[in-house]
Amino acid sequence: MSAQHEIITSKNLVAGYSDNIVWRDASLSINRGEFVAVIGPNGAGKTTLFRLLLGLQQPVSGTIKIFDAAPKRGNPQISYVPQRHIFDDDTNLESLELVRLGFSGKKWGLGLFSHEDRKAAFDVLKDVGATDLAHRSLGALSGGELQRIFLAEALVSEPTLLLLDEPLSNLDIRRERELLQLINGVVRSRNVTALLIAHNINPLLPYLDKVVYIANGKVATGTPKEVLTSASLSALFGVQVEVLRDSRGNIAIVGIEDSHRCQPE
Amino acid sequence: MTFSINPWIDLQQMLQYQFMQHAFEAGTVVAILGGIVGYFVVLRRSSFAAHALSHIGFSGAAAAVLIGVNPVYGLLLFTSVGGLGIAALGRRAANRDAEIGIVLAFMLGLGVLFLSLYTGYATEAYSILFGEILGISFSNVLLTLVAGVIILVLISLVYRPLLFASLDEDVAEAKGMPVVLLGIIFMLLVAVATSFAVQVVGVLLIFSLMVTPAATAQRLAKRPGRVIIISVVIALIATWLGLFIAFFEPYPVSFFITTIAFVFYLFVRFITPRIRNFMSGFGESTIS
Repeated sequence: MSAQHEIITSKNLVAGYSDNIVWRDASLSINRGEFVAVIGPNGAGKTTLFRLLLGLQQPVSGTIKIFDAAPKRGNPQISYVPQRHIFDDDTNLESLELVRLGFSGKKWGLGLFSHEDRKAAFDVLKDVGATDLAHRSLGALSGGELQRIFLAEALVSEPTLLLLDEPLSNLDIRRERELLQLINGVVRSRNVTALLIAHNINPLLPYLDKVVYIANGKVATGTPKEVLTSASLSALFGVQVEVLRDSRGNIAIVGIEDSHRCQPE
Repeated sequence: MTFSINPWIDLQQMLQYQFMQHAFEAGTVVAILGGIVGYFVVLRRSSFAAHALSHIGFSGAAAAVLIGVNPVYGLLLFTSVGGLGIAALGRRAANRDAEIGIVLAFMLGLGVLFLSLYTGYATEAYSILFGEILGISFSNVLLTLVAGVIILVLISLVYRPLLFASLDEDVAEAKGMPVVLLGIIFMLLVAVATSFAVQVVGVLLIFSLMVTPAATAQRLAKRPGRVIIISVVIALIATWLGLFIAFFEPYPVSFFITTIAFVFYLFVRFITPRIRNFMSGFGESTIS
């Protein structure tokens, strides 16, 4: 499979419900092994895109194809990491068990004599640098540690597409960078495509291949250079905005402060 | 009757009585079921739904008494329909406290009506509310055993998917697992387990076998398999010891069962962490 193999394509995709369109005219082209940010204000419909890809929701119109077929529920090539609240202190369950369920949770029966899932879970915990968390209780983990476990749970079934819904929320800047480096490493070493929903694009910029910017009922996609320009974002937001860059390449979008901030709230 | 010095002789003396044998047999099955199903109740945070089911079962039992049928059938029918109803509320049903509470109150009201229409003995109401394990018939013991085996087989089939869906419902749904069906299966498991546990501890004390052992066990182990085993052991000890003491003391069995379960919880909640802290402090000081 070549690196340029297209795994998600859509044409004139319209999402939402016929009486309540969330966004329209999305034309996506995402290849195998790409790291893609899905950016946009709250309620813009970022998670809706994930639900379409997972086959949990049907498009209003237009086409969407994933691995050259219409999205269907339970596609084993996709792993989804939802936005989750941190487990409360009472959740006394070993991290390893959650990762194991990512491997064998679909299987019926007790699986008493199968240790295949245990081995797979340990292997992937090693890959995400979380071997030392294997026997810790989920309720006792920090936000960054939990995200590693969730990533391991998602990777253990060896998907080709990772859908990560706001994994960076609740992380401080250092943990944020660590997790992004880890995800980027996974994308490159396993040739996995990752779609990552985030509020703030700046921490992601060093790693990104593409951006899906959802705002104002519309979707702009392309490489960061194509999307994050004054012209492109002005067209998206429908007002004149300006994209400013600082010396380190961080961007700020000026002109949309009322409707949306690019910085995390 | 009083305790002798030798508990072994006491045990032999007690088990000479057929009603005590039946009580032990049914109590054992119910304790195993409660310990297992209770783990999923605790994991899914569905305590209130389980509580509501037992109260819905109360009106079923009262209706059965009124028309002269074995109360277990009334319990099974009402809790199953109630369980299906709660499951049909869909995902996050466990959080629909207000709706469940409204139905619960109405069903309790119905139960009171049925009991008042019934002109027999008030003890029927008492035994539904607080359990009457010492009066359990052999046919009910058999029925309990059959239901117990069916539940155990069903749980062993759905164990991993149910565990996954209980712990991580969004991911399970995205993986194409039948989370709604699993929710229905779970509520039916609770319904059947509740119906039979009512014989032992009654509608009002159901938590002592359906929640307390599992919640206690969850503090002692981190792996689901181990938590379930510990939960079953606690439920069994509470039931057996409760029956044993109640045979010699003139107080209700369900009082002893609930108290023993509660003592387990208190010990694990407050004493065990201190022992653990003490031990780990000891361990560190020897290493350094």
